[in-house]
Amino acid sequence: MSLAEALKNGKLVVTAEIAPPKGVNVQEMLENAELIKGKVDAANVTDQQSSVMRLGSLAGCHLLKQKGLEPVFQVTCRDRNRLALQSDLLSAYSLGITNVLCITGDYVSLGDHPSAKPVFDLDSVSLLQAAKALEQGKDLAGKELKGSPKFFLGAVVSPGAEPLEPQIIKMEKKVRAGAQFFQTQGVYEPAKFEKFIRASQYLGVPILAGIIPLRSVAMARFMNRAVAGVHVPEEMIQELDRATDKPAKSIEIAARLIREVRQLCQGVHIMAIGWEKRVPAILEAAGLA
Amino acid sequence: MIVSELKPLPATLDYLDGEQNIFILGCRGCAEASKTGGEAQVLEMKQVLEGAGKRVVGHTVADFLCDKALVKMKLYAHEQEVLAADSLLVMTCGLGVQATAAVVDRPVHPATNTINLGGSRGEWRGSERCLECGDCLLDYTGGICPLTACTKSLINGPCGGARDGRCEFEPDVRPCGWQLIYERLKKTGRLDEMKTLLPPKDYAKMQPPPSLRSTILWALEQKEPREAGLPR
Repeated sequence: MSLAEALKNGKLVVTAEIAPPKGVNVQEMLENAELIKGKVDAANVTDQQSSVMRLGSLAGCHLLKQKGLEPVFQVTCRDRNRLALQSDLLSAYSLGITNVLCITGDYVSLGDHPSAKPVFDLDSVSLLQAAKALEQGKDLAGKELKGSPKFFLGAVVSPGAEPLEPQIIKMEKKVRAGAQFFQTQGVYEPAKFEKFIRASQYLGVPILAGIIPLRSVAMARFMNRAVAGVHVPEEMIQELDRATDKPAKSIEIAARLIREVRQLCQGVHIMAIGWEKRVPAILEAAGLA
Repeated sequence: MIVSELKPLPATLDYLDGEQNIFILGCRGCAEASKTGGEAQVLEMKQVLEGAGKRVVGHTVADFLCDKALVKMKLYAHEQEVLAADSLLVMTCGLGVQATAAVVDRPVHPATNTINLGGSRGEWRGSERCLECGDCLLDYTGGICPLTACTKSLINGPCGGARDGRCEFEPDVRPCGWQLIYERLKKTGRLDEMKTLLPPKDYAKMQPPPSLRSTILWALEQKEPREAGLPR
């Protein structure tokens, strides 16, 4: 069943994130894909996440699809202008990749090539508009296409942002521009997430809550310091710190978060960031496998 | 000098939609030289607006709208008129519009598109910057330029990267431009402007128009040696 069908059928949808390697050895990526195959509805392949140069998302999606896993093609506006972005969207469709997640992208200074020239020719909203234009048989210059693609378009939102209102305004613009589903930034405070869900309910689009397993206390503190819109409560950090078996506690916390947010939204999106191997255990602990 | 051209009248009238009392502000600097915001153009605009059924509650021309102190001093003499206005129509470059927005709690509308510096740079002090993009968006963004205030030059709203209102690029130095835009729009009761779905920007408009390239200097550099048969 495709991601679009799964969401339409009202099933609690599970997606997970897979990072392509920095290099051409795709073995580990494919092993991770094998581990979650059949357990998730789709897998996102990240697009040079945090501005770190890696194997491309499009190639990663193609490889996952060959393995029988439904891919979500993440596309950021940071590295490509409107010609390259539209071209990649056409390429994706020609390879049977139809789920596209449209993102602005982190600034280049955060990654491993801070001297790069950032592009940002389009923004996440106009990237969605571009995808819609392609679906309607025209490119952004208004030129006719020889055969038009059909996508299932997604976007991201930061439910923990403060203030929340500008995020919701932009979310609404994304929906008007063509977004059909949302995956969120990591959620650690279900009460705050519920507030966000209530504020965005009027948009009527499915939302998958972002779940980032806490690999360590240091990671939690780092996210609080450096990752926008993410706040791990101090009690949760303490809980992890006190545990003797930290990986087990981390899985328990992630599973608990999933159980707490699943009633509020249409699914969860697990961003393991290096812990892909533990995704099956998290799903099992959350009662989703 | 910063070269500007008047926006098409329908666009300007569209910005003023729903507003009745307008204050017009011109600039004796580059805008006067560009014939977009000198005394004559301000009076012309007054007539046009009145012809369109608006009430022009006041108008003036400041010496340099890129200087916030001068703008503030100039408007101080017109305080009652500005307070009586629903909004200000600012006939000058993107810098002048931003400087005006920074000192008055009234919506400001740009009357011009800033096309190019025309080869020279003046000196101004302030956080307001203009990319001379040729398609001024300041009307939608509360008089704060999204191209220069946002590190990513996003035109449709904030990215998810800001923290505590600071930009992910240089949090110590830069506030999030869209946070500033959001606050300004909210303060002036125009938050709905933020919902405007803007199409991809036409970056071709950032190129200086041919008219600006054919200066005497340009001609001397490009044509004379060729015509005189000199090596280039």
